[in-house]
Amino acid sequence: MPIKIALPKGRLLAETATLLRRADWGLGSYHEAARLYRLKSARFPQLSAKVFHERDIPIQVAIGNYDLGICGLDWVEELLAKYPSSALVKVKNLGYGGGVLYLVGSKSEGASSVEKIRARPGVICIASEYPNLAESLALYLRLKQFSIFPLWGGADVYPPESADLALITGKTGQKSFDYDLVSVSNVRSYSTFLIANKGSWETKDLSELLGSIEDGLPLSEKHPPSSEVARVPVAARHPFSNQAVEDTVRLALPDGHQQEPTVSLLNGAGIWVEDYPSPTGNRRPAVNLDGVVVKVIRPQDMPLQVANGNFDLAITGKDWVREHLYQFPSSPVVELLNLKFGRVKIVAVVSQDLPVSDIYSLRQFSSEQLRPLRVASEYVNIADKFARDNHLGMYRIIPTWGASEAFLPEDADLLIENTQTGRTIAKHNLKIIDTIGQSSACLIGNISVACSSRKKARIDSIIKALRVTVGDS
Amino acid sequence: MVQRCKGFRDLSPEEMIRFRFIEQVSRDCCLKWGCLEVKTPTLEYLHLFTSTGTLTPGMLGKAYSFLDWDGWSGQRVVLRPDGTIPVARFYIDNMVEKGLAKLFYVTNIFRFEETGKEARERWQGGVELIGVNSPLADVELIIMALGVLTSIGIKDVELRLSHAGLIRGLLSKLGLSPQEQARIFDQILDGDTEALARIKSEKPKLGKALTSLLGLKGKSSGILKNLKALFNHSLPELEPHIDNFINIVDLLETAGYRYQIDITSGRGFEYYTGIISQLFVGAEKVGGGGRYDALIPLMGGGDIPASGFALYFDSLMDLVKPAMLSRPLTQRILIKAEPEVVRHGFDIARHLHEAGYVAELQLEGQEPADLRWILEVRSKAPLFVLTDRLKHKTFGIKTASEVLKLLGEGDADKDSIA
Repeated sequence: MPIKIALPKGRLLAETATLLRRADWGLGSYHEAARLYRLKSARFPQLSAKVFHERDIPIQVAIGNYDLGICGLDWVEELLAKYPSSALVKVKNLGYGGGVLYLVGSKSEGASSVEKIRARPGVICIASEYPNLAESLALYLRLKQFSIFPLWGGADVYPPESADLALITGKTGQKSFDYDLVSVSNVRSYSTFLIANKGSWETKDLSELLGSIEDGLPLSEKHPPSSEVARVPVAARHPFSNQAVEDTVRLALPDGHQQEPTVSLLNGAGIWVEDYPSPTGNRRPAVNLDGVVVKVIRPQDMPLQVANGNFDLAITGKDWVREHLYQFPSSPVVELLNLKFGRVKIVAVVSQDLPVSDIYSLRQFSSEQLRPLRVASEYVNIADKFARDNHLGMYRIIPTWGASEAFLPEDADLLIENTQTGRTIAKHNLKIIDTIGQSSACLIGNISVACSSRKKARIDSIIKALRVTVGDS
Repeated sequence: MVQRCKGFRDLSPEEMIRFRFIEQVSRDCCLKWGCLEVKTPTLEYLHLFTSTGTLTPGMLGKAYSFLDWDGWSGQRVVLRPDGTIPVARFYIDNMVEKGLAKLFYVTNIFRFEETGKEARERWQGGVELIGVNSPLADVELIIMALGVLTSIGIKDVELRLSHAGLIRGLLSKLGLSPQEQARIFDQILDGDTEALARIKSEKPKLGKALTSLLGLKGKSSGILKNLKALFNHSLPELEPHIDNFINIVDLLETAGYRYQIDITSGRGFEYYTGIISQLFVGAEKVGGGGRYDALIPLMGGGDIPASGFALYFDSLMDLVKPAMLSRPLTQRILIKAEPEVVRHGFDIARHLHEAGYVAELQLEGQEPADLRWILEVRSKAPLFVLTDRLKHKTFGIKTASEVLKLLGEGDADKDSIA
């Protein structure tokens, strides 16, 4: 009987690879340098493995695409917090990759205890990559009125200006955090877990695999702890809030691969940002403009933050603006300027092996299936609208967190993805059946926020300088 | 592949007859007690339910909460998980200047249940009596609820009484921190019947008092009076709650109602501060209610006391027998109109509807089934032929008014043509 396991890439890859090497699985290509997603075991011929972003693994195991998975318990609990009846079994604590989820707030804002937070008037905002756990925590703490900002990353840079609290990961016993943050509550500890699909656990004989993992465990536990995370030097922390708030323009710049073209654009407009991109991960770099402060956050998170008035301007992608507006049509976010770099197409993709060439044949294919069409995407709202508008009948959206092309054909039937050249899609034996839209970097703002004439002049000045640089006069 | 959502139910025509019967009887009874009917929206903001700080995290964790299309600020909405709080919100929004209000509602509430085997959508009808705090008001509500059940035809209803003020007063005497008190109260409300017993063993000095109070069960106010005499000195803080409890059960006894005192039962009554009543038929809980004086103040509506009850329609529907249902007032008539006179068929249908009959045109393939009357509309005389399938008689009739007259005479023995 074939057995499928979902393995993590990223932070858990090295220690998981060590464990499975001790267990003698013979997954030769499962190491950090390899870029293979599909693996076979030399020792267990019936076993196939696939490499995922850690956050995807509980979902993949719960929906039955995989019998087993290895990932952090934090992501398992994040899924169970919202979907407690998920078909998941927590099989074994593997002991490594541990940490603690902390609720943190700004020390300077006096967010040092739950009581102090609870006593604050108005809405308490919590930013986190773990929005479901954050909501459960808010209910548990009996916060009277709260908002959760779901994030793709960088939650620790949000308090105090962009959120009251952040739910973030840290080390066991950690006392101090970057950006003047302090622990309000030690929420839960976690480590790496072996998980199983409930149906597989009840019906399949997994004993040989489990036994081999047991054999590998004692040695893996002796694995030295991972090195300290590089801390942002105090000197590099630019005080985002210690300026005249009323007139200060708050600018969000992207992290990740859009940093280099963003720097070129800004420099072309005479804007110089110190320590950006930052080798130490500094998310509060200094800028050479008076009355302007900068934070570096994920482009995916920017539209929601601009909508909530936490930033006045942000450089993100049109794709993420579209994703945001499909979810929240009444959002006050508007595109101010097309920045013309980072051009990609948003496309609908299927496997080359599927007898589908366009949306019409996809609809036909979908109607002939006994199970719902599985649509994988990082853009869950764009994907949902695409499926709705094209009458795909019964479908299920599978959210992904990167390397989405590896989902086809085993774990999804359709992928909504962005592509620059189409080469990655072709390399994975996939084909484009529809182009949903074009995207490029853009500058966004909030139409409903009133501001002083001085601040407006500063915003207009930045827009004007960028407009000249991109040749959009 | 067509299927309904897990944990949700359809109501069939037969079930809807029982549902409407319960709804109609409830409405009639409550309107006669001076209630006004209200309806509140299915969607409410989540903070309406979190802001009071009274609902347990366990209960709120089962609310269907999500971000709607206006949710970019992170403001979550919920499918109404509770019947009382939206009515209290309505009162604060619209009626707070009017003082006393007696509001009746029939509504569905939504709570997630993990297995999907239990209902995630439930129906209930209830009354909220807002703006008055007196034992008389509490007793009126209990009698109103019992009256509805009697009118529906349900017998052997058991009334169980507890008192949230007494439980809270007891917890405050245990020397626990406010957080710990809240935690234990949450456990009791979430149905953990062992929660109080566990504390009891940790606080041996209070063992005697707790054993007496926790084991409190009886069928008259005498037992409460005995306890008051016993603990008046050691637990004087409990006296107002015991007095309130005694007043209420004395009134119930005076009015001739029987009850059972069971102090530890409190599940599902998060925001209650005084009397708690629960209505059982056998093991089935069919309703409950109580006093919640802190809720409207916590919602920012001012210092306004309130109490209420709800009857659980899903449980009641299982108890309603066909014999309890009112007989339909109308007679059903099937009209067979020949194609060339179909217009006359619609005309006579209108006349029949106006006269209070249920009348429908025969559709292709429709059999008379259990209909008593069949009315043929013809293009030649006699223009109408009425058949009484019960008495196997057929009448030839010339005009629509004669049809109505004959039906009005019911099954009078007329000369038939067959």
